[in-house]
Amino acid sequence: MTKADATPVLELTGIGKEFGAIRALHDVDMQVFPGEVVGLMGDNGAGKSTLVKIIAGNFRPTHGEMRFAGSAVHFNRPVDARAVGIEVVYQDLALSDNLTAAANVFLGRELKRKFGPIALLDHKAMAARALELFGELRSETRPDDLVKQMSGGQRQAVAIARTRLSNARLVMMDEPTAAISVRQVEQVLGLIHRLKEQGVAVMLISHRMPDVFAVCDRVIVMRRGEKRADKPIHETSPEEVTALITGAKEAA
Amino acid sequence: MAMPMESPISFTNVGKIRWWQRGIFASQTGYVLLALAVLLVIMHFASPYFFTEGNMQNVAKNFSFIAIATLGVTFVIITGGIDLSVGSMMCFSAMITSMVMTELSAPGSPLVHMAADGKTVLANVPGLILLISLLAGLGVALIAGLVNGFCIAMLGLSPFVTTLGMLSIVRGLGYVVSNGRGSFPGGPDADYFYALTSGDVLGVPVPFIYLVILALTMAVVLHHTSFGRHVFALGGNEKAAELTGIPVVRVKIEVYVICALAAGLQGIIISGWLGSAPANMATSYELNVIAAAVIGGANLAGGIGGPLGAIVGCVLLEVIRNGLVLAQVSSYWQQTLVGVIIILAVLVDRIRSRMT
Repeated sequence: MTKADATPVLELTGIGKEFGAIRALHDVDMQVFPGEVVGLMGDNGAGKSTLVKIIAGNFRPTHGEMRFAGSAVHFNRPVDARAVGIEVVYQDLALSDNLTAAANVFLGRELKRKFGPIALLDHKAMAARALELFGELRSETRPDDLVKQMSGGQRQAVAIARTRLSNARLVMMDEPTAAISVRQVEQVLGLIHRLKEQGVAVMLISHRMPDVFAVCDRVIVMRRGEKRADKPIHETSPEEVTALITGAKEAA
Repeated sequence: MAMPMESPISFTNVGKIRWWQRGIFASQTGYVLLALAVLLVIMHFASPYFFTEGNMQNVAKNFSFIAIATLGVTFVIITGGIDLSVGSMMCFSAMITSMVMTELSAPGSPLVHMAADGKTVLANVPGLILLISLLAGLGVALIAGLVNGFCIAMLGLSPFVTTLGMLSIVRGLGYVVSNGRGSFPGGPDADYFYALTSGDVLGVPVPFIYLVILALTMAVVLHHTSFGRHVFALGGNEKAAELTGIPVVRVKIEVYVICALAAGLQGIIISGWLGSAPANMATSYELNVIAAAVIGGANLAGGIGGPLGAIVGCVLLEVIRNGLVLAQVSSYWQQTLVGVIIILAVLVDRIRSRMT
C-alpha cells in the first residue's frame, strides 16, 4: 500500500495533555490514512484513552495540533468531532436495550415524514436503511428485533452500523472484542474489514494481541503517555509489541 | 458510500421472534389485560348490577379521575424517573382555578374593573373567566413541573427526593393560599365549568372522552415521534442517550412538565365533579396513580410503559373497588387487595421474563 500521495484523514502533531501536575500525554505525533486499520496498544494508564478522548472531542489537548482531512480542527464537544466525521464505538456500545436495532442505529437522527405541522417517524425507511447497513456489514441482524435479545456480535454490528449512517471517515473502536465469544470476535473482525473495504479509517484500541495482528495494518504502542512505536504490522511481532508495552524494550 | 448489496442477508442461525413472544403479548400489560377480562367475566356472574349502564358509566367516570394523571406519570416512569408530587399538584391546580374564577367574578375585587352594568368586565365575555382560570390552574402546574425538571435534569438531584419535596411544597402552598379552607368554582362561568368537567356527551362522561383523546395522542407521541423515541432511549440507557447526542436535559424537563400538567388537568376535572376544591383534596393520590401505572406494566427501572398499560391499570383498580362495593365487602379490604395486586403483577412479569 503506498501512501505517499494520500492525505492522512487524521494527523496529530505534538499532542500533549496535562491534568494539573500529571502529564497524561507528551508530544504524540501520528497519522491515520483512509482505509487503514491502526491498532493502538498500551497498558492501563499508558495514555490510550486520553488520546482517544482528545480525538473524540471529550478533552481539549494542552499542546499540539490536530488536523482532520488536511484542515486544522478544534473540538469543544463530542458533537463537533462527529460533525466532521469521527465516530466512536464505545466499549459498552452505548445502546438502548429496550429499543429495536433500527431505532438504535437512528437514535438522535431519526428519519421523519412531515404531515402538515407534525413530523412523525418514518419507521419503514429507517428499517430499510438499517437492513441495508447490516447487509453491508454482513451481519445477521433484523432491524425490528430488540437489542435486549441480541448476541454480542449483533450488538457490535448495531453500534458500527450507527457509524456508517453518518458516513464517518474515522471510526475509533474501544475494546470491541473484550467481552464476547470467540465466534463473535470473528464477526467483529469481519466488520472491521468491511469498514476498511469502504475506505474508512479504523483505530482499534485493544488489549488482545491476536485481534490486533489479525486486522491491523499498523500498530502504535503507547507507554507512559508517549508513543514508543509506530510500525507496519508485518515488520513487528507480538513478542516485540509485548516488550514495548511492558517497557522491556524502550522504543522501536 | 454504501455499496450495492451483493446478496441479501440470510438469517440462517438467527430465528425470528414469534408473534406471541413480542409486542403486547410478551408484556406485563398483556397479562394484566387478560386478568382484567377474567375479572370482568367473574364480576358479571357475581353481581347482576355490574354490567348495567349506570354502573358502567360510574366505572368509566371513576377511573378517568386518576387515569389522566397516570398517563402523565407514565411518561416520567418511562424515562426512569418518578413523580410523587402529582396528588398535591391536582389539589393546587384545582384550587387556583376555582379561586381565580371566583375572584374574577366577584364585584369589588381589586383585580378587576367594573363595567357599567354592575358586572365585571371579564364577565361580559362568556367563557373568558373560565379560560383565564383554567390557564392559571395549568400555569401553576407548568411552573411546578419546570422546577421539578430543572432540579432533576440540570442540578442532578434524585427524582424521588425532588418530587417528595415538591409534594410537600405544593400541598403547603395550597393551604397558604386558601388558609386551609376549600374553594368553590363560582361566578357566571361556573355552569360552563361543570359542563366541561363533569358533564356527559350522549351518555359518555366527558372525563372519559378527554382520557381517550389524551391516551391516543400519547400513543402517537411515544411511538411515532422522535421525542417519544428519546423518552424510551433515556429510560433504556441514559448514558447511551447522551452519547448519541439526544438532548437529555430538555427531554427530562419536558416529561416532568407533561406530568405536572396532566396532574393539574386531572385535579381541575376532579374539582368539577366534587363541586369544590378542598385543601386536602387528592391526598395520597400519587400512590394510586403510581400503583396503576406499575400494575399496567410501566417499569420503575425505566424504558417500558405506555398509555394502554396506564389505562388498564386504572381500570383494574376501579373494577376491583367497584366489585368489592357490589359484593358488599368492607371497603377497607380494597387497599389491602390493591397492594396484593401490585406485587402479583410485578411477580408474574418477573416469572415470565425468567422463563424466556
